[in-house]
Amino acid sequence: MALKLPIYFDHAATTRCDPRVVEAMLPYFSDKFGNSSSRNHKFGWESEDGVELAREQSAALIGANPKEIIFTSGATESNNLAIKGAAEIYAKAPAGQTGRGHIISAIHEHKAVLDPCKRLQREGFDVTFLTPGTDGVITADMVAAAVRPDTILVSIMWANNEIGVINEIPQIGKLCHDKEIVFHTDATQWVGKMPTDVERDHIDLLSWSGHKIYGPKGVGALFVRRRKPRIRLEAIIDGGGHERGMRSGTLNVTGIVGFGKACELCQHEMDHERERVMKFRRKLETELSRRIEVTQVNGHIEKRLPHVTNISFGFVEGESLMMGVKDIACSSGSACTSASLEPSYVLKGLGVGDELAHSSLRLSLGRWTTEEEVDFAIEQIVAAVEHLRLMSPLFDLHKEGVDISKIQWQAH
Amino acid sequence: MAYSDKVVDHFQHPRNVGSFGTSTDVAKRTDVGVGIVGAPECGDVMQLHIKVNEQGVIEDAKFKCFGCGSAIASSSLATEWLKGKSVDEALTIKNTQIVEELSLPPVKIHCSVLAEDSIRAAIADYRKKNGMVADSATHAATH
Repeated sequence: MALKLPIYFDHAATTRCDPRVVEAMLPYFSDKFGNSSSRNHKFGWESEDGVELAREQSAALIGANPKEIIFTSGATESNNLAIKGAAEIYAKAPAGQTGRGHIISAIHEHKAVLDPCKRLQREGFDVTFLTPGTDGVITADMVAAAVRPDTILVSIMWANNEIGVINEIPQIGKLCHDKEIVFHTDATQWVGKMPTDVERDHIDLLSWSGHKIYGPKGVGALFVRRRKPRIRLEAIIDGGGHERGMRSGTLNVTGIVGFGKACELCQHEMDHERERVMKFRRKLETELSRRIEVTQVNGHIEKRLPHVTNISFGFVEGESLMMGVKDIACSSGSACTSASLEPSYVLKGLGVGDELAHSSLRLSLGRWTTEEEVDFAIEQIVAAVEHLRLMSPLFDLHKEGVDISKIQWQAH
Repeated sequence: MAYSDKVVDHFQHPRNVGSFGTSTDVAKRTDVGVGIVGAPECGDVMQLHIKVNEQGVIEDAKFKCFGCGSAIASSSLATEWLKGKSVDEALTIKNTQIVEELSLPPVKIHCSVLAEDSIRAAIADYRKKNGMVADSATHAATH
């Protein structure tokens, strides 16, 4: 079979909506178009049925009760609601005062967690941002060491979006439950790929989104624990009192139906899918490291997601590398690929030097990735790195035996 | 953001990639001026070697670049423009001309600045080696 180019290796950014998901959604655009809150006619009832099925499908994927699912516009909103909503309820002092309580998060969290935490910092809360080890893992011990008597909330992502590294989630959850601290996890990259059980894993609040799990964009969910302990949240969006008062606004029925279907498909297919993409990821890492010298896989080598890898190729810059691998759609931690012109704060957070952060590629595989695509990508990456190293003054210095870190560069 | 055709062309077929010897070799050659600007932690390093004849004309120029596609294209273009120019003429090359030629977007203007800096640094190095008074451009990286 001929390869269709370009190849999509950016599944950690977003995924193709599964055709089976689209099919499930279609009737809800023009036929079953009712408002799921309309309690007195058929149009409302059939929309409500669609939403409730989706609630069951989403809850089943994470071992929750359907009543514990709040639908949102995506993981960013879920994170905002979880963090700001919990902080407001569990605050030790009223708004306007300082000393409102302590929150623990980490420096390499997604911006959708960091920025709500920073806002709370300005609003009288104290936030500790943990620094991971060079393997990128946040351990339960790190959290335990940061806990204070006034700690009210811990928010640690399940798996990192840039490097795929998995944090010690069940252990951190257990610690929080023992100490009666609310525990939130941004599980956007984890759920749908890895088995999840909010009971076993001691989760109070869990965010995830549709478009990372072969569902539509613009829809996500927040799990909010209802018992042992019952978690309360202050709403961010006020209005008609939808979603148990925690998220007002007419429900995105079509999106929610698709989200539910996507969850159901993941539940059935994740075991098989995980093994398949893990094999591909390992092949990518092994072959690229074997064929290209000065290559580094970033983050813990074992504790990470099956479908994400982040590799630095010394002496070549990431954006030019992406230009060189023009038939592969992927991401880089290079400054030139970000709006801020700063290299990846995640890689910097791990202590990966700026230079290697500029030289990184994130490759993320998915449901339709084939071995042929993996083989093609390996060849194209090897060729691009060779092409760029021929041009690289740093590679010359490396070959001459000069230690680049010892050179006093003139920064500009 | 899509790249202009000229950037893509220079990226895929860079002109005058190379050097006139290792860093130790060229440091001793008085006919070669070396300019290295940028820093690895900033994500771009440009290295320019110019070979100047007795008439003060740049006979040949070679570059190496660690940086994004626009940085590579800027330095590749610079070597094309330098060849055959006198040292004084070379100093009239402005980053804005590079921006215009390659249709660089605002976010990539620093790549053209780096290319201009590398020209000035290489010429300053050449003049210093030959006992000429270096002009105000002293952008050379200090090894």
